[in-house]
Amino acid sequence: MTLRNRWRKGLSYVMLSLTGVCAVLAVSILFLILGCLVYNGWRSLDWNFFTKLPKSPGETGGGMANAIVGSFEIVLMATLIGLPIGFMAGVYLSEFGGKTFASLVRYMADLLNGVPSIVIGIFAWTLVVVPMHRFSGFAGGVALAIILIPITARSTEQFMTSVPQTLREGALALGASQWKTIATVVVPAAYRGIATGMILGVARIAGETAPLLFTSLNNEFWSNGLTQPTASLPYMIYTRALAPYEDWHRQAWAAGMVLLVAVLLANMAARLILSRGIAVQK
Amino acid sequence: MGTANLPSASSSAGKPVGQPGKLKAVHLNFFYGAYQALHDISLEVPANKITALIGPSGCGKSTFLRTLNRISETIHNTRVEGQVLLDDEDVLKVDVTALRRRVGMVFQKSNPFPKSIFDNVAYGPKVNGFRGSLADAVEHSLKRAALWDEVKDKLQKSAYALSGGQQQRLCIARALAVDPEVLLLDEPCSALDPIATAKIEDLLFTLKDQCTIVIVTHNMQQAARVADRTGFFLLGKLIEYNTTEIIFKTPTKQETEDYITGRFG
Amino acid sequence: MATSATLPARPAPGARGFFSRLTNGDEIARLITLAFAAAILLVAVTLVWQLWVHSSLARQKFGLGFLTSSAWDPVDDNFGALPFIYGTVITSAIALIIAVPLGVGAAIFLSELAPQRISSTFTFFIELLAAVPSVIYGLLAIFTLVPLMRDYVEPALKKSLGFLPIFSGAIFGVGYLTAGAILAIMTLPFIISISREALLEVPVEQREAALALGATRWESTWQAVVPWARLGIFGSIFLALARALGETMAVTMVIGNDPNIHASLFAPGYTIAAVIANEFSEATGDLYLSALVGLALVLFLLTIVINALARLLIIATTRRGSAHP
Repeated sequence: MTLRNRWRKGLSYVMLSLTGVCAVLAVSILFLILGCLVYNGWRSLDWNFFTKLPKSPGETGGGMANAIVGSFEIVLMATLIGLPIGFMAGVYLSEFGGKTFASLVRYMADLLNGVPSIVIGIFAWTLVVVPMHRFSGFAGGVALAIILIPITARSTEQFMTSVPQTLREGALALGASQWKTIATVVVPAAYRGIATGMILGVARIAGETAPLLFTSLNNEFWSNGLTQPTASLPYMIYTRALAPYEDWHRQAWAAGMVLLVAVLLANMAARLILSRGIAVQK
Repeated sequence: MGTANLPSASSSAGKPVGQPGKLKAVHLNFFYGAYQALHDISLEVPANKITALIGPSGCGKSTFLRTLNRISETIHNTRVEGQVLLDDEDVLKVDVTALRRRVGMVFQKSNPFPKSIFDNVAYGPKVNGFRGSLADAVEHSLKRAALWDEVKDKLQKSAYALSGGQQQRLCIARALAVDPEVLLLDEPCSALDPIATAKIEDLLFTLKDQCTIVIVTHNMQQAARVADRTGFFLLGKLIEYNTTEIIFKTPTKQETEDYITGRFG
Repeated sequence: MATSATLPARPAPGARGFFSRLTNGDEIARLITLAFAAAILLVAVTLVWQLWVHSSLARQKFGLGFLTSSAWDPVDDNFGALPFIYGTVITSAIALIIAVPLGVGAAIFLSELAPQRISSTFTFFIELLAAVPSVIYGLLAIFTLVPLMRDYVEPALKKSLGFLPIFSGAIFGVGYLTAGAILAIMTLPFIISISREALLEVPVEQREAALALGATRWESTWQAVVPWARLGIFGSIFLALARALGETMAVTMVIGNDPNIHASLFAPGYTIAAVIANEFSEATGDLYLSALVGLALVLFLLTIVINALARLLIIATTRRGSAHP
């Protein structure tokens, strides 16, 4: 073998091994993150964390009960607003959409999907906080809903479009009206994908902090309903991590672990549902 | 005939003399956008007979079939000129869901819903507001489709657990469950093996007493086997339409003879 | 024969006027879903409108000079966007410089070399990385990345490349380089995932043709397969860029919050998203708020453009399945 060829072969071996290194590095990041969070957060997780309110720095025994409940409330509100709107819009795009209007809606949905979440936060601020003259959990819910709507719409559309046209024709040929066909054949055929998209969307907004920074703000105590600033897990992590108190750092790790485990579990559950089989046979 | 329970959409006055066609196309033209796919088709489908439509790929026979139950409307930007008459009523002016109950369709590739066998057959009656025993109706349809014995123990299983031939017979049962007067079949056996094909052809013979059958097929031998009348399509035109015997033994048009003898297609 | 089966009689339909169409269930369904779809349009239009209106004070006072001014003085009501634009661009550039080779490399491995099962498993984990919330990346960055940068990486860079202005200056741990590094980690999954898909679309004949001509495995990959997928790969890079530009929490936590322009990458700085995050809820004065909304508008426009480019590139690959025009 000539020298040149040996060089080429050697180079090939080295470069390809490097790509393997890149891949291993990328995957190990996930485990490093998880490991770091578990290592630091596990020690700080106790019963107090889930049941008590935050205490002032220096005092021990505090928790993040209000943030857990607050996150739950805000996300629930966003889900109740955002999922139906997104779902219906997705149904329109897939089943009724013509050329121009539907393309415009798709384009706008993609556009909204690309807007940084802090800009959405400002938008919600202008819509809710300014007129109400106060920060509120409601505003946070609206901000998260605005993020959820286009995600849900596009993913619903994607899965409904993937239902073969011949299934629709089969139902129509039996005398079903179009809306009945959609409701009794198309949506059930696509439900796995639609549900997955929804779970992933909700998991995504549950972890968002930026839109809450000037909408629902934070609250060291329980909030009286959603018309007051409301604590949330991501926000708590943010403030605790940046504070100079060791105790608060541990709280941040614990909260981070709880949040990450919740988000990752939701993601894995969604993917499992999807891989269990798309409901329609190819 | 189940027509007693379906809306009487046919006008009683003005029935023409002689044996009326069950389904009639009158100067039918069909357009995909600007492209004309069907040119001036006039054809009478006799009641309680099997009519076959043959022709090479792209000749318009499937397009024609799909105008009969207006499933062609699901594609955007299509236009129909002329008339299609079901018992002398223009189907283009009738409520389309009522039409499709009377004129059923079985598709080229079987398309059972991702539901159980039972729910597939029960779908038509349920969606049309059936009152009565669904279980009886399902059993009856499956028997008509010669599938009952093979599935009676597994009605709750998914339809996808069946073989290709069984799925197609399931689709036939599903179509029969709403008691159609006409059954349209668009190359129903093209994806099936000879044994499954034979089963379906036998089925068609038993069905034609109860309904009118129109079948599109690219398989000339199949048309010769099952059909009473045959129509030959070419390039969107109906070249010749007559009893099957005449079409295959003594066709009058040169193009028909060329196709029959295999010179093209 | 099912004769006692009862399919209900339907009224014979008459002419199709608007009102009769209205009682038609299909038409109602269409109108209802259309209204929800229109809601998306409404949200998008209102978003732009609100950003425009609420930044009007700043736009009127500073005009386009807003984009080139380096001032940031809430007391004197003088605001300029340049340090933040600079910080945003620099941190994103650092992120891409790190993440693109890593990401494309990993994508090549996953699409060309790895057996199917390893490829799927690895991809599964990498895609999970994309689901990790930004604030968690920030948390990790503060306590692990910052000490790492401050104690090991930056001193090493200063020692070896300190003659370059970008690697000179005081070391704090927080700053452009750290922010760029965490951004690199955050954008990595997108580059890998989309590039891998683009590479998987390359017809196997391309690789085989190169191999048949005597190319090494690497040569066929780098010279035949990757170029074919280059549109999709570039698309993934633009997408990653768009995300990096708008990333808020992780960057805010490690950028150092200094509204000035520095040449050194070790120096603290600021990005558009970070300054909004830090100062918006405390901002007093209408002009101050308006300037921040103005910054949001700049960020919005920037990400729109980059996203549009990304989509064009990715659509171009999926539609034609090749890099060739």
